[in-house]
Amino acid sequence: MRHLLSTEDLSLHNAIRILDTAEEMAAVGEREVKKLPALRGRTVVNLFFEDSTRTRISFEAAAKRLSADVINFAAKGSSVSKGESLKDTAQTLAAMGADAVVIRHWASGAPHRLAATDWIDAAVINAGDGTHEHPTQALLDAFTMRRHWSKLAGTPSAGADLKGMRVAIAGDVLHSRVARSNVWLLRTLGAEVTLVAPPTLLPIGVEKWPCAVSFDLDETLAQGVDAMMMLRVQGERMNASFFPTTREYSRRWGFDDNRLRALDSLGLKDTIIMHPGPMNRGLEISAAAADSPRSTVLAQVRNGVSVRMAALYLLLSGENREPAAAAVSASAAASAAASSDAPAAHAANPNLTYSHQESH
Amino acid sequence: MADQHQNADNSGAHLIRGASILGGAAEDLLIRDGVIAARGRHLDADVAGVREATVIDAAGLVALPGMVDIHTHLREPGREDAETVETGTRAAALGGYTAVHAMANSTPVADTAGVVEQVLTLGRTAGWVDVRPVGAVTVGLAGEQLAELGAMADSRAHVRVFSDDGICVHDPVLMRRALEYVKAFDGVVAQHAQEPRLTAGAQMNEGEVSAVLGLAGWPAVAEESIIARDVLLAQHVGSRLHVCHVSTAGSVEIIRWAKSRGVNVTAEVTPHHLWLTDELARSYDPVYKVNPPLRTDADVQALRAALADGTIDVVGTDHAPHPSEHKECEWAQAAMGMTGLETALSVVQHTMIETGLMGWEDFARVTSTAPAAIGRVQDQGRPLEAGEPANVILVDPAARWTVDPSKMATMGRNSPFAGRELPGKVVATFFKGHPTVLDGKLNTPYRWPVDALDAGPAGRRP
Ligand SMILES: [Zn+2]
Repeated sequence: MRHLLSTEDLSLHNAIRILDTAEEMAAVGEREVKKLPALRGRTVVNLFFEDSTRTRISFEAAAKRLSADVINFAAKGSSVSKGESLKDTAQTLAAMGADAVVIRHWASGAPHRLAATDWIDAAVINAGDGTHEHPTQALLDAFTMRRHWSKLAGTPSAGADLKGMRVAIAGDVLHSRVARSNVWLLRTLGAEVTLVAPPTLLPIGVEKWPCAVSFDLDETLAQGVDAMMMLRVQGERMNASFFPTTREYSRRWGFDDNRLRALDSLGLKDTIIMHPGPMNRGLEISAAAADSPRSTVLAQVRNGVSVRMAALYLLLSGENREPAAAAVSASAAASAAASSDAPAAHAANPNLTYSHQESH
Repeated sequence: MADQHQNADNSGAHLIRGASILGGAAEDLLIRDGVIAARGRHLDADVAGVREATVIDAAGLVALPGMVDIHTHLREPGREDAETVETGTRAAALGGYTAVHAMANSTPVADTAGVVEQVLTLGRTAGWVDVRPVGAVTVGLAGEQLAELGAMADSRAHVRVFSDDGICVHDPVLMRRALEYVKAFDGVVAQHAQEPRLTAGAQMNEGEVSAVLGLAGWPAVAEESIIARDVLLAQHVGSRLHVCHVSTAGSVEIIRWAKSRGVNVTAEVTPHHLWLTDELARSYDPVYKVNPPLRTDADVQALRAALADGTIDVVGTDHAPHPSEHKECEWAQAAMGMTGLETALSVVQHTMIETGLMGWEDFARVTSTAPAAIGRVQDQGRPLEAGEPANVILVDPAARWTVDPSKMATMGRNSPFAGRELPGKVVATFFKGHPTVLDGKLNTPYRWPVDALDAGPAGRRP
């Protein structure tokens, strides 16, 4: 794995490897000192052409827990918004010695352009591109589902897939990179996916996707669902006639209190409710559903850091490095003392920060 | 022959020995004083002019009428960083063209007699091909009021093709009026068929691939609905309509239906739509971004069949050079368009001739005779007979070459065929009897008489 651009082309082997590594990273997050020296001296750039504080701080926390140096590059108010091209920005980051670029962009395919051109030689992680993909979101969703699915089965989650799990994803599929990444990844992991949306918010061509499609959320729930994922719906879609009113949307496609109760009456006691956030409470999800014990919203946020640590670790430490588990245990003691001040040390010594660049 | 180039005075005579005329039997052509002076199985030395002529051994080569592009973007005036009339027409000559229709979306827009005369003069000063300016349908391509169609028609540029290409004349009343008005001078409205509301922000063909890539879709119906409306309008007012760059199987069906009802409609297909599909967008490489977008393989096959059976009349390149920075970026940021002048012949040979769908005679029809007729270009697209204007090309159909955009004459590096091996190479181009291309390389331009260069107050004297 050189880049993480999409889940469409992510193999089962690599998907499981990322999820398993994330489990090891999660263990680090539970320690008192939440830090590993694995990426000491490596530079991770968060290149954000679109505002997303949530995703940015998740990647930042992940990189810092691996002791990488982090540069946050927000396109707003920078040279980028003054017309600097993606190419020039990428070449600038390359000159600064970026080892990995975490890119969030409003244009679908922008991470692919960084990876496919010779503008920069760094590992590229797609942190959400336009209406295309958001692979780390799908991985953290899968991680969350896998933990739940394994717990129900009473088996360890490491090495497991999602065979047989019934996942419904409801909302604005047309404009959702989260939905796309989830459909491909869940297919790879063996889950059964049903997309639920008004016909106006499904892309032409969805019939070729490896999933079922429904216009009726109640019918989908009645058929049995193990994970119910709600997608964010932008209010402005209403003005573009995708649906008549937000009220009508909520009634037909929102996860409201009636549907929350229906899970109980349908005997779906183990069904979880997921949301990638940020939520529109009262639109696609009711407050009661969002705050219910079934909700995994906060677990998803927590798992996001572990999954992103795994992605950074696997991309930057190379195919031949020791498995993360070994690194975690071997370095645990040593890192405990050194890691807390590591970023400051690097900042004081630019040679140390950038010296690895010559070697690859 | 290389050391006997006759240049500026255009006076050299050339004897083409043994070229396969339109892919048929081998014959000789004597080109002299701007015309085909003689044609025959083996022209004897006693035929006037044969003795003095430079001999070109054309064994194995096909002689065709010079190609006429109904759809070229030369960018000048205004975007000389993308292309100039000089560089674009060099590319045209190398590609086998002796005439190109320069689209109106320059800066300023070619919506007045002054601008079309300027483009005419630039073309004649360059001298590589006949540059036929296209006039805008509406002022500034804004789709609000008719441009000075009559003044452009009466100008020295004798405009007969009117188009807002790049933008659709979507207002049905304005389209009706334009179709009616150009009847006064035997003009034609060339429509860029794209319903604007259905294509707001559109990035690529709407379908299976756009669904996966998350790129906003450009649905086939946005093209087809405009064509359906326009053929009905053309029928209603009895006007001549030309449909630019038809890209979908559905459009082909509508045009076939319209022709069967006697509607005076002609249609064009680009070389890239005869070959490439939207699968290429999976790379997110904007070199494949074009308007109308690359469609599906079913569309490609329908377009080939339509060109072969005459439903589609002509191949137009829609040559659209862009500076590299407009393609070295995100897909959504990138400009739409591809270069085409230097690859058109090869792509049509690959997609239509080597597939057995067409012969070279058909090739001459769709690349020369028919486009010249649509544009009312009197001295182009003519038979290769004695007495006819000598706009002739020689093609080596056995040649194979690999496309390298950096070696092209156009300033545009945005060829979607880069790296592909193509058949067929233009060996020579004769424009008004003068060889603009010899041995597959640029020779010298044709020199127009000085009074032909004078474009009046708005023009530029050489
Ligand atoms: Zn056009």
